[in-house]
Amino acid sequence: MFAPSMSQSTDLDLVNVTKKFGAHAAVNDVTFSVARGEFFSILGPSGCGKTTLMRMIAGFEHPTSGDIRIRDKSMIGVPANRRPVNMVFQSLALFPMMSVGENVAYGLTCRGVSRAEADERATRMLERVGLKGFGERRVTALSGGQRQRVAIARCLVLEPTLVLLDEPLGALDLKLREHMKIELKQLQGQFNTTFAYITHDQSEALVMSDRIAVMNQGRFEQVGSPRELYHNPATPFVASFVGETNRWQGEVASASNGAVNVRLSSGGTLHGHGNASQGATLSFVRPEAVALAQDASVLSSLPNRYEGRVSAVLFDGAASSLLIKTPGFDQPVRAVLPQAGPLAGIEVGAAVHLGWTAEAMKVFAA
Amino acid sequence: MNPAQRLTLFLLMAPAILWLGLLIVLPHVEILVLSFSQRVAPRVYEFGLGNYLEFFTEPLYWRTFARTAIMSIMVTAITLVLAFPIAMYIARVAQGRLKAMLLLLCLLPFWVSELVRTLGWMMLLRETGIISYLLRLTGLASQPVELLYNDGAVILGLVYGGLLFMIVPLANALESLEPSVVEAGFDLGGSRFTVLRRIVIPHAMPGIVAGSIIVFMLTVGNFATPVLLGGKNGLWFTEQIYAQFITRFNWPQGAAFGILLLLLSSAIVAAGLRLTGQSLGTTLRQA
Amino acid sequence: MNRPSILWKLYIAAFYVFLFAPLLVVAIFAFNASPFPSPPWKGFTLEWFIGNGSVFGKPGVLMDPIWLTTIGNSFKIALPVALLAVIIGTVNAWVLERAEFRGKTLLAMMMLWPLVIPGVVLGISILAFFSRTANGLEDVLNTDIDSLRPGLPLVILGQLSFILTIATLIIAARLRKFDRSLEEAALDLGASRTRVLRTVTLPFLQPALIGAGLVALLMSFENFNTTLMLVGSDPPLPITMYGQMREGATPAINAVSLMLMLGVGGIASIFALTSKAQQ
Repeated sequence: MFAPSMSQSTDLDLVNVTKKFGAHAAVNDVTFSVARGEFFSILGPSGCGKTTLMRMIAGFEHPTSGDIRIRDKSMIGVPANRRPVNMVFQSLALFPMMSVGENVAYGLTCRGVSRAEADERATRMLERVGLKGFGERRVTALSGGQRQRVAIARCLVLEPTLVLLDEPLGALDLKLREHMKIELKQLQGQFNTTFAYITHDQSEALVMSDRIAVMNQGRFEQVGSPRELYHNPATPFVASFVGETNRWQGEVASASNGAVNVRLSSGGTLHGHGNASQGATLSFVRPEAVALAQDASVLSSLPNRYEGRVSAVLFDGAASSLLIKTPGFDQPVRAVLPQAGPLAGIEVGAAVHLGWTAEAMKVFAA
Repeated sequence: MNPAQRLTLFLLMAPAILWLGLLIVLPHVEILVLSFSQRVAPRVYEFGLGNYLEFFTEPLYWRTFARTAIMSIMVTAITLVLAFPIAMYIARVAQGRLKAMLLLLCLLPFWVSELVRTLGWMMLLRETGIISYLLRLTGLASQPVELLYNDGAVILGLVYGGLLFMIVPLANALESLEPSVVEAGFDLGGSRFTVLRRIVIPHAMPGIVAGSIIVFMLTVGNFATPVLLGGKNGLWFTEQIYAQFITRFNWPQGAAFGILLLLLSSAIVAAGLRLTGQSLGTTLRQA
Repeated sequence: MNRPSILWKLYIAAFYVFLFAPLLVVAIFAFNASPFPSPPWKGFTLEWFIGNGSVFGKPGVLMDPIWLTTIGNSFKIALPVALLAVIIGTVNAWVLERAEFRGKTLLAMMMLWPLVIPGVVLGISILAFFSRTANGLEDVLNTDIDSLRPGLPLVILGQLSFILTIATLIIAARLRKFDRSLEEAALDLGASRTRVLRTVTLPFLQPALIGAGLVALLMSFENFNTTLMLVGSDPPLPITMYGQMREGATPAINAVSLMLMLGVGGIASIFALTSKAQQ
């Protein structure tokens, strides 16, 4: 075969896919590939076009232009029921008129697998997802987590090239959602199936994915590993959408070789890194990159050094943070609450020194 | 839309179009046309307003028409007054199983044929009937009492037949009234009567309109109840239509009466909807 | 407003007595050993159900060819009406809920229309229209088409004209509640369109289909006004009962009525059970 080497190990390729509803482009010239066995997430706010994108891959919508290829076969014109892709729906869409076993066996019987064999394979699949002996139950009698597993088992039993997941954790409560994130990741590893997952919840994407595409207004802003997105956001949108961050508007005071000095409209001066060379800017610093000290001398090596007063303590266990009212900034600076050391017990009103490195601050042209 | 989709849509719509076209629209066009043809000689008809003129000049016809309209409005009003406390009780007092049972008991008699219900009333009311028999047995009457074949019997039968169609929409409407709203009405110093008039009845208005419209339509269009319970004194307009069509075989005259009945029923329904600002679709759904 | 007064409770009780008195009277006097359906009570008998006429001169319902034929006629009308109402009602519901086209609101309004037409008017209009059609065809074809004249086929059409509205509303209400992602899920798992319809959509609609069928059956059995205008020489139950009630009947009419009540009660319980099972 003379397939290009690039796509030999890819399960899914989208090439310049655009979907227009009237004049509005819901998906605008999107190109990406998903490697075999990869857990790939599309992360974006609601209305960004991610659901449309997923429905095009599943075959429920048709691209206005561009190509969708699965294992190098174009899917254009292939109806949803002939694609080697299965989907876990947001509502899960379990068939209420069938038992758990019948739900899982449904796809197999559609393929012409005999009733007995389909039942047998469904039973084995239910065992693998930890639902041994649930085959006869009604789907309405299951808990949220169990329903989730049935929905995934129903897809996996067909051994699809690709499983699409459309925000399947959205309906679960917080505790169960945390649990299912880990479980989903483990299932994906266990079956070694390619997963394409869409969500608006950055934590779901960061925890589970090998790679994430951040989508906004029909376009991909950035594609990369969770760490890349978090530490090296390519756009202001990615910087503010993925993870907690401080965000300030300002103007370039001077710039050379990626080092940028920014003057805030509220008076402060900042030193960061980025591609902005002139005009309005947006500057981002992660709360955990903000160093705190009671003594100014500890921070003397940092280019950005300030003094402020704690205006609020937002206690949230390991995710606790401080808001520090700092002269020169129009909004308080957010920093991680130290859980040990002399500052662990800091209270509202306490004076504190804060600072960060130039590398920790990303400056973008606004 | 591509041709295949167009064809599918057409095929799916075909039954509805055949139904509405052949069983509703064209038949109504037919009686409208028929109502304007008058007989000038045996088997010779020509266009004219004769049938309608006949209606206005023959007192029996327009009096029966007016009587039907007025009595139907009376029946609707009586039904509303009788049904309101029942609906109120079902919707706001009864709880759980009792509520379900009361509603079910209301529904049951109405699934039985109108003829069976009317038979029951005839057996109760007629001279040789049960009430007359009991009156004599207890010495309250010395000879058989005829309670049938008068306007009272007709109204009784029609009210009985309309009750369910009033209770169900009323109960639905009253059900949706938040108890806290009623409590707030009392809390702010309202008397029972004020709360009823200012809060409960306005809230139940959609149900009142829906119920009244349905009861009115069913009453105006009723045939068996006035004929059987009223006998010769029944004088219901539907009976005139039947007489023209089946007994006298004067179809044009019957068609004109049919159009008049349709106009009466539509006019009252439209007036009811207009007065209360409701739409037909939501009203029917309420019922 | 919460604690009902004694007066109110008495009213409620009186109301239910009023509601059931006529039915009870009809039922009880089906067993009266008297040639007339009126008091006094002359003892218990089943003669009006199964008697051959040797005791009172008139046979019981189940031995009387007139009643048996008329019950048969009712079924000959009600079964096709129910079947057609379910099938056409499903198609109509589909058009209302799934199709997109200009004039859909108009069509939806038109479908409600039959409910506001008095039954007698529906009857005469269909009678007049079909007679004209039959006359027209007779002139052209030189044969009389019997099924366009008053008779069972015309009664079936006349009843369908408004029962279809009810069936459509019942089925459309259920279809509206259908989560369309279930159909997409089935397609996604490889099912063909017809398989999706057979295994997912129709099973979901099933309670409404049964419900619409039963309601159509009951309405057809009961219908009097429209049927009266279209009936030929095969009268269904309400027409025969009407005739007998005008002329003065034997308690056999009570026996028929009681059987009708039991039948309706049975159908109503099936309906209640299926709708409960669905919840």
